[in-house]
Amino acid sequence: MYYDNFVLPFTIGINILLIYLVVKYARWIRTFSKSDKRLIWKGMFSVKTFKAIKEVFLECLVHHKIYRTNPFLGYMHMCFGLGWFLLIIMGKIESTVYHTTAFNPPYFAIFFRFFHPANETFPYSNVFAFLMDLILLFILSGLLLAFTKRIYSKALGLKKTTNHRPFDLLILTVLWLIFPLRFLAESFTSGIRGGGSFLTHTAGDFFSRFLPLDTLSYPAWWAYSSVLGLFFILLPFSRYMHIPTEIVYIFLKNWGVKQGKEFNAFSNIQLYSCSRCGICIDRCQLNTSLGMQDTQPVYFLKKIRHHRDYSVQTENCLMCGRCEAACPVDLKLNALRLSKRQDRTRITKDTYSYIQPGPNGESKVAYFAGCMGHLTPSVIRSMQYLFKQAHVDYTFIDEQKGICCGRPLLLSGNRSAATVIMEKNKAAIEASGATLLVTSCPICYKTFKEDYQLNIPVMHHSEYIHMLIKNRHLSPRQAEYTTVFHNPCELGRGANVYTAPESVLKAVSHKIAIRYDSKNSLCCGGSLANIHITAPQRTTIATDTVNAYAAYNPDYIVTACPLCKKTFTKKSSAIPIKDIAEIVAENC
Amino acid sequence: MNVIIIGAGPAGCEAAFRLANEGIQVDLIEKENSTGGNLNNWYQLFPDRKSAKDLNTILSNHLQHPHIRLHLNTEATDITREENGKTSVQLSDGALLTGDALLLATGFKLFEAQRKEEYGYGIYENVITSVNLENKFINHQITMRSGALPQRIGFIHCVGSRDEKICNYHCSKLCCITAVKQAIETRELLPEAEIICFYMDMRMFGPGYEEMYRKAQEKYNIKFIRGRLSEASENQNKQIIIKAEDTLIGKPLRMTLDLLVLMVGMEASEGSQKAASQLHLTQAPSGFIQPADPHYGNNRTNQEGVFIAGCCSAPMNLTDTLADARSAANTISEWLNRNTQH
Repeated sequence: MYYDNFVLPFTIGINILLIYLVVKYARWIRTFSKSDKRLIWKGMFSVKTFKAIKEVFLECLVHHKIYRTNPFLGYMHMCFGLGWFLLIIMGKIESTVYHTTAFNPPYFAIFFRFFHPANETFPYSNVFAFLMDLILLFILSGLLLAFTKRIYSKALGLKKTTNHRPFDLLILTVLWLIFPLRFLAESFTSGIRGGGSFLTHTAGDFFSRFLPLDTLSYPAWWAYSSVLGLFFILLPFSRYMHIPTEIVYIFLKNWGVKQGKEFNAFSNIQLYSCSRCGICIDRCQLNTSLGMQDTQPVYFLKKIRHHRDYSVQTENCLMCGRCEAACPVDLKLNALRLSKRQDRTRITKDTYSYIQPGPNGESKVAYFAGCMGHLTPSVIRSMQYLFKQAHVDYTFIDEQKGICCGRPLLLSGNRSAATVIMEKNKAAIEASGATLLVTSCPICYKTFKEDYQLNIPVMHHSEYIHMLIKNRHLSPRQAEYTTVFHNPCELGRGANVYTAPESVLKAVSHKIAIRYDSKNSLCCGGSLANIHITAPQRTTIATDTVNAYAAYNPDYIVTACPLCKKTFTKKSSAIPIKDIAEIVAENC
Repeated sequence: MNVIIIGAGPAGCEAAFRLANEGIQVDLIEKENSTGGNLNNWYQLFPDRKSAKDLNTILSNHLQHPHIRLHLNTEATDITREENGKTSVQLSDGALLTGDALLLATGFKLFEAQRKEEYGYGIYENVITSVNLENKFINHQITMRSGALPQRIGFIHCVGSRDEKICNYHCSKLCCITAVKQAIETRELLPEAEIICFYMDMRMFGPGYEEMYRKAQEKYNIKFIRGRLSEASENQNKQIIIKAEDTLIGKPLRMTLDLLVLMVGMEASEGSQKAASQLHLTQAPSGFIQPADPHYGNNRTNQEGVFIAGCCSAPMNLTDTLADARSAANTISEWLNRNTQH
């Protein structure tokens, strides 16, 4: 029997951890709604499970999303994730080949070099030794990068790295000690008894020249095991809880569980899945434009988890989704933030009883400009012109009086008021008798699509114009001027509309490709979702955003949202700002 | 001793004349081809309805002075403070002037009504600004674009002033009284029309203003509704449909107008902004140049030897502008005398 007392810290640690995790996850999942539980059962025995496994491999081990932020940062995370995983797997295979049975205690594989006398060879033992050393080297190289990141985060593409609690810094140190200690323990053993490969064997030879390895080797194994055990025991109380929780999250997400309107157990799973990598900090314009460095998701979630006051953070968010688009764990950050906003209004069905449904229309297409659309008559003008050019018979359903789509109330947390308004508006839309709803406002568009459950399709005007051009109902010419496109948050990241406006703009102008295209589009600062910042602060964001686009020297900055246009024109800009509908109308 | 004045509007002209009378050499720089600045856009002045042209003539006649050199069609491209305390100004015609003191009389610029897109200026043909209306007074004719006489006319106060949404927090001060004056003039040309002013507050700060406001209601039958316009749209007859709220009775209202007049506010002019950045002058959040002291140093700036007069420091009516120019002339000549004695 292979056993030594030094394996105890590791064994105790891993067992406590596993019991803790099983109990914690079981208690969370038990509180899931019936429909969520049904989703889990259905999903478990479907292809979705394989998709989840693939995602676990790509995100938890390879960390391929972080590569998009910075290749070095991605490599660093991959070293820890994939490296440690390979070390465990390869160690297990190696020990199995040696021992010829898979049923050896877990510590046997982990401390294989201690138990395996080097003079005894087994099939491919040299190959295994080489691979194990290679993997260890791989991890150690990542450790070096991690160390560099702590000292100088810019080297790894992060202008600002996360501020951690002292406790998290302690466990960080523990984690960092694990692999150097393994390296030392294996090298010392190799120095005495041989074995190992290019890394540990060479190091062992080297150390044996000036160190009393006989007395150091055994304590080194004790230290390695103790640090591992300590790490496992501290893990549930630290940010490293994200390592196991992220796996659970990925499975649940793939099986179809969604972040609902309430903050629930699934929200808690997301909370614990946050690795606090801090990628959201640089993405957040509240940081880059206003220097606010305590409101990004990493800090918002941290405050919730550690029971600090997060009331300001709940309100101080543009919900532009830039963080969500870059989050390597794919957390639903906007929905999480929204779930913490409280419903403060007292509204009944009678509150809006004075609103009467509009007259019935006879056209197939219903056009809804929205409240913001009515603040930019040039956009309405252009749409009316385009409808005429394309010979489309349409009803302008909110020409005389319109009802708010309800999304502003929804974003401030006032769901009951929003619901009453939405029902009113839905009735008005359905009374129009149209078979297609076209809106000029991405804010309305998103909520029509997601919350209204209309029985007719909804299109944003950029999609509709795209369709008209494709069907040759409109044949605009390509203008000589250059444009850059500001994709509104609610349209792009919010409703996943990217190609339609971009191809329309390419057709009617010379669109310049910029680093803020598609998912990396900026927020105009006018966001309805932020209920904390002041008007001048919004203007600062707007000015920075306009300047970022102006750096490409376009003839026009083009957007597809009346609110973005209004926000950009708060200050007079040297480069004119237009809606995509205006640009198309100009060239028809 | 010589002084460079940038801007030959009322403030610049008046200051130039007063300084010249003191025996000081003045270089007066004006980017347009005539003097008078924004005064050229106006027909009659409040509160006494004097002709703007007459005042302009007086001011420009004063410039026929042996000590005044007028540079028309010339812009100050670069302003620098020399080490000896003098200021040198590079002109767009290539000349380089050096003065013992510099007076900025760079005035204001009118708010671009297009920025308040929801009011439809530049989009709907019967939406005009107060300046456009002043032009119509010159021709003694107020018509819609179609040529028809407007039956109902709305004046919108505070366009571009006291408006967080377009980042102008300041009050332009003059639009209230201008609206009252223009409403009365409109009534004289259109005795049958309905005339309505939409205001936030009526700020009748000058002598005779409040009386004029009362007369506008009692004698000229002009209606005043307290409430801000939210948006405007156009119907098929090219009339303007406005949505507003009467905040005194707390009800939203919709109204069809034949002509909508936007009382555009005042912003810091480009000339003021440029000079402020070149000379590192302190600017108020509104963009206007901040005086060294609001009471006792209202013509001085944070830079020794650089002075301000008129609307480059804040919105002012003509009375105050001219008084401010004389005060600046006085401050400058005192400052020059003190500096040359040493």
